[in-house]
This record gives sequence, structure tokens and C-alpha cells, in this order.
Amino acid sequence: MLQIKCPWCGLRDETEYKYGGQAHVAYPEDPAALSDEEWAQYLFFRDNPKGPFAERWVHSGGCRKWFNAVRDTRTYEVLAVYTNNDPRPEISPEITATGVAAGGQ
Amino acid sequence: MANSMPGEHPEWLWRDPDPKSSYDAVVIGGGGHGLATAYYLAKNHGMTNIAILEKGWLAGGNMARNTTIIRSNYLWDESAAIYEHALKLWEQLPEELDYDFLFSQRGVLNLAHSLQDVRDSVRRVEANRLNGVDAEWLTAEEVAKVCPIINISPDVRYPVLGATYQPRAGIAKHDHVAWAFARACDAMGVDIIQNCEVTGFIKDGNRVTGVETTRGRILSDTVGMVAAGHSSVLAEKAGFRLPVQSHPLQALVSELYEPVHPTVVMSNYVHVYVSQAHKGELVMGAGVDQYNGYGQRGSFHVIEHQMAAALELFPIFGRAHLLRTWGGIVDVCPDASPIIGATPVDGLYVNAGWGTGGFKATPAAGWVMAHTMATGESHELNQPFGLERFTTGHLIDEHGAAGVAH
Repeated sequence: MLQIKCPWCGLRDETEYKYGGQAHVAYPEDPAALSDEEWAQYLFFRDNPKGPFAERWVHSGGCRKWFNAVRDTRTYEVLAVYTNNDPRPEISPEITATGVAAGGQ
Repeated sequence: MANSMPGEHPEWLWRDPDPKSSYDAVVIGGGGHGLATAYYLAKNHGMTNIAILEKGWLAGGNMARNTTIIRSNYLWDESAAIYEHALKLWEQLPEELDYDFLFSQRGVLNLAHSLQDVRDSVRRVEANRLNGVDAEWLTAEEVAKVCPIINISPDVRYPVLGATYQPRAGIAKHDHVAWAFARACDAMGVDIIQNCEVTGFIKDGNRVTGVETTRGRILSDTVGMVAAGHSSVLAEKAGFRLPVQSHPLQALVSELYEPVHPTVVMSNYVHVYVSQAHKGELVMGAGVDQYNGYGQRGSFHVIEHQMAAALELFPIFGRAHLLRTWGGIVDVCPDASPIIGATPVDGLYVNAGWGTGGFKATPAAGWVMAHTMATGESHELNQPFGLERFTTGHLIDEHGAAGVAH
């Protein structure tokens, strides 16, 4: 089971969280102006990288707040957590997972 | 199978060739679907100067990790057509491939536990019948006649209210299926090249002309991506996106027991599917882990949840011992239906997005993928499953029939 550090509540078991998929996908500014192809991209296409992935989680069994995490999809290690207001942190390959996760956001 | 003395290595079922510099067609992925694609390219379309490129060993991905269930009782016409085509092929393949891969049509029960489940199930039975797929609605008492070890007591949290039943469904021994296809491919001249990872695509303008691999450059004007969980990774190398997300999907087996479970039981509601392999293991699967992952492993609480569901349905399993758990990587589409057809790159075709249910479709996926690669046009069975459906909006929503794992 994953352990994920909620920015507000601290380290908790994965079972307290729900997954929200790719982070930083903004609602289109002018939806009516989108072509069918652009609308399809917004609705159905998400990044699916093998490696660090910025994604959304909600602490549904705790504070019920949404936040973002960068997690490595190969190892499942959570490399960083940060609030929705923060930009995606730079993940340097040299940073150990424990160092970043412990520092948290 | 070859006769051999004890201690002597049996005869290989296929050669282990070095890659040639070019082929008429290349299939990326040596799992069930890739093998079936190559088999039908050779058999149906006379293309024998072709290669299967497998980054690991033959059938070591999801083909080695599935729960071997075969059925065709999907809701929508498009799905029923392709899965039923697969089932009809399964019925003739042991003889055609001259290989007894233990295809056993022991039926599948899809349980209903709520009034909505019952309504959806009866609707699916009727839809199946209209499409020529064998299907029946069984009451709880009839369910117990088919599978006496199911607990149909009304005194449980999620009582069994009935089930759909497809008698022609069943299981097959997954690795034997792969070996059967591999032997047949090899006999027709197909090169099966293992430990050969595709690292990039060679293009002339927007047309694929070959692939770069860990065993050198291989030229071909016709390339098929059949890489399941790694489809997005390959697509990115080719310069486009797929609407799939890769998730870990776990399964497990018990120790060996005497035959107690005569059929296949699936329950979307309590979230488990169970059958008993010929050797005697109880084979169980459940849902995907919620997060994206390429790690071929998942979280233990998912297994705990599925064991709880299995015990509610089968109290007799209370003393069964877990032997082994494992995970595979499945590429899930937004509508729980696969993608088979052209890509934005000319000459490059994709078969992906089968999510948690690709094994059952193996022969039909190969059949239509081979047709698409050989002719450049979709077969009528995979025409509805093209990438363009995400733009037109003509989705094929099979979350109900794909069921448990989504």
C-alpha cells in the first residue's frame, strides 16, 4: 500500500485517498471555440508517462481536500506533494524519493 | 509434443532467429495478440516475411498474468460481434493449431446483487440473444444448480439475486495458447525475435519506414503496435497520444485443491471473479489499482478486498491458502473498449486499450489487426473501434459488461 503525505494532514495510508488522474489539465477557456479534435483531447486524452507523473489526489477519508503529487509510475514512489495553488515542482533525478517526500510541500 | 528422454531438453517449438534488416510487416509485442496478429497475417493474408519483436520473452507480459476467462456476453452490437468472433475462433483453434491448450467451455456466471444489477443483466441477456450470443437469465436457485458452492443465502450483505449465464464461455491455458500460436507462426516462416525492444520509429515524412531496436534497425513499411500496457510509451516514441491510462491489475491463485468449482463466476458488485484451473488452483482477479502505474505490482488492500468478496460468495474457501499474487499493466480506455486501427502515422497501426479483458479477444484481435495491417483498411469488426471515435463521440461504453475490473 502506498503512503502519501497530505499537505494538511501528513503521512497517511493510500486507502484514505482517492485518485484524480493527471494534474494541471485546465478547463478550456472558451469551450465553444474548440474543434471536435481539441474537445476530444480535453475530454479523453491524458498523459500516461512511464516515470514521474504530476497527478491529483483527494484525501477523502481525512480533510477531503484535493492536492497534487508527483509520483514515479515505475516505482510508485511519491516524489513530491504540493497544493493546487503551487506550480509543479522540478524533480531532479538525483533527489532521493525519501528526501523530497519527507520535505513535502 | 516431442517425445524426449527424462532430463533431456524437449524440442523447441519455435526458432530463435536474429532479426533481418527488413520485413514486409513488423508486429511489436510478442504476447497473445501479437502472436495472433502474425498468425493471421501469414495464414489469412499470405504474408510470411514478417517478424514479431518482443522486448522480453515470448508471452511474458499480460499473456502470462491474466485469469484466462473467455466469454462474449458484451452489451453493445459492436462488442458482441468482435468477442463472439473470438469465441467462434477459440472453438476451432485447438484443432487448427493442433495443440490442446485446455480450452474448457464450462460457462460463466455474471452475478446480480441488486435490483439495478438484475435489470441490467436481463437487458444484457436479451441483447446477447439478439446478437446470436448464447445467454440465459438464471434465478439464485438455478445459479446454485450450476455452481453448488456459491452461497445463495438471502442472509448476507449482498445476496445473489440471480445471474446471467453463458454456457459457451470458459477458460483456456494461457501459456499453451501462446506456444500454440508461436509454433504455428514459426512453421509458416514468421521470425519471433525476443529480447528486442523497440526504441524508436523511423519515418519518411508522416510515413513509417521502420523501427530502431535494441538489436538494430529493422525496416518495414507496415508496423503494428500490440504492446498492451506500454502502448502509450510506444505511441509517444511515434509522436502521438492514445486515450489510455496504464494501471496495475492484480490476480492471485490458491494452493491446489480437488475440483470444487465447475464454472467461472464473476461479480461486478462485490468485485471478484473466480474459476478453478485444470491443475487445481483457484484463480481470482478483481479490479485495477486506482493509480497509474507500470510497476507490474499493486497495493495489498486491493487483494484483501477481493478476498473478502470471494469469501462472501464462497464460504468454502475460508481455509484455502494463498499461493501467489502478481500484477500486470493494463491500458484502460475511457469507454472500456479497445482501440484497433490506423494511427496518425501512415503505415503504423495500433491494437491497444483492451484494459482488463484482452485475453478472451486474442484470436479476433489478431484476425482484425492482421486484416488492417495487410489491407490498410479496417475489417468490419474493428471499424467501430478506431481512434476517431473519441472525436466523433461514438463511444462503445462497455463498463457494464467489461465489469468487475473497471
